Amino acid sequence: MEAFIFYFFGSVLILAGIGVIIARNPVHSAMSLVLAFVTSSFLWMLLEAEFLAIVLVLVYVGAVMVLFLFVVMMLDVNVSQTRAGFTRYAPLGIGLVILIVGMLGYVVWARTQEMNFLQAPPRAAADFSNTEVLGSQLYTVYMYPFELAAVILLVAIVAAISLTMRRRPGLKVQNVARQVAVRREDRVRIVSMEADKES
Amino acid sequence: MITVSHYLTLSSLLFILSIAGIFLNRKNVILLLMCIELMLLAVNFNFITLSRFLGDTAGQVFVFFILTVAAAESAIGLAILVVLFRSRKNIEVESLDSMKG
Repeated sequence: MEAFIFYFFGSVLILAGIGVIIARNPVHSAMSLVLAFVTSSFLWMLLEAEFLAIVLVLVYVGAVMVLFLFVVMMLDVNVSQTRAGFTRYAPLGIGLVILIVGMLGYVVWARTQEMNFLQAPPRAAADFSNTEVLGSQLYTVYMYPFELAAVILLVAIVAAISLTMRRRPGLKVQNVARQVAVRREDRVRIVSMEADKES
Repeated sequence: MITVSHYLTLSSLLFILSIAGIFLNRKNVILLLMCIELMLLAVNFNFITLSRFLGDTAGQVFVFFILTVAAAESAIGLAILVVLFRSRKNIEVESLDSMKG
């Protein structure tokens, strides 16, 4: 059963990765990337990292990929000309990929007997909470990096907003401070005049 | 029986695919950012695999931080992309080879 889940979702993951690369339309690439994130979250559950699997779906599929899709649709890229120079750097890329396949293959496959000491520990019990373990680590040992991560997120918010905000000249906006500071004497003038009645 | 090298092979394939994507695609900066996300996913896969097989939670904590930094990175990258598109009207990689202001 474990082997079936691994091979099924692993092949879907690889196919989704291929789809990210070769899709013509950026929207299709983004949807393939969503599929890759979802399948890898299944595989992370198989590896007993339940909290991170849920976080991957919530944060990546729910926030980051939606941001990607927003930007793709906002930029309105011309799809037909996005593939014009496909083969120019392809020989360099293929050479580099073959080099990396060789290096990773040497580490992962040719020396695999040296990794045989890594045996999977037995499955955790049903009442074992991965979230609890991760939280107890995160809030004690990794407290300082955790706060730094919060600062990084704040910097990202400020940077993204200040990069994309633009002040257009000639835009009519309300000055709230001046509106609030207005007193009655500035606006209203009491005029006393005689009644002008025709008989 | 699924061993550690199965998982490492899967994440290596994912990493190689994303490198190939960066080299094959020279027209669209958004696709480069997506390939970087895919690369980070492969790296996270390695971390979680070894965290399970070594029985150490530190790998999962590290994946947590990588997810944080990757979210910040993609937000800033997409903001830069929007500004770039606003000023140049295209986002081709090959038109970005001159560092003019």
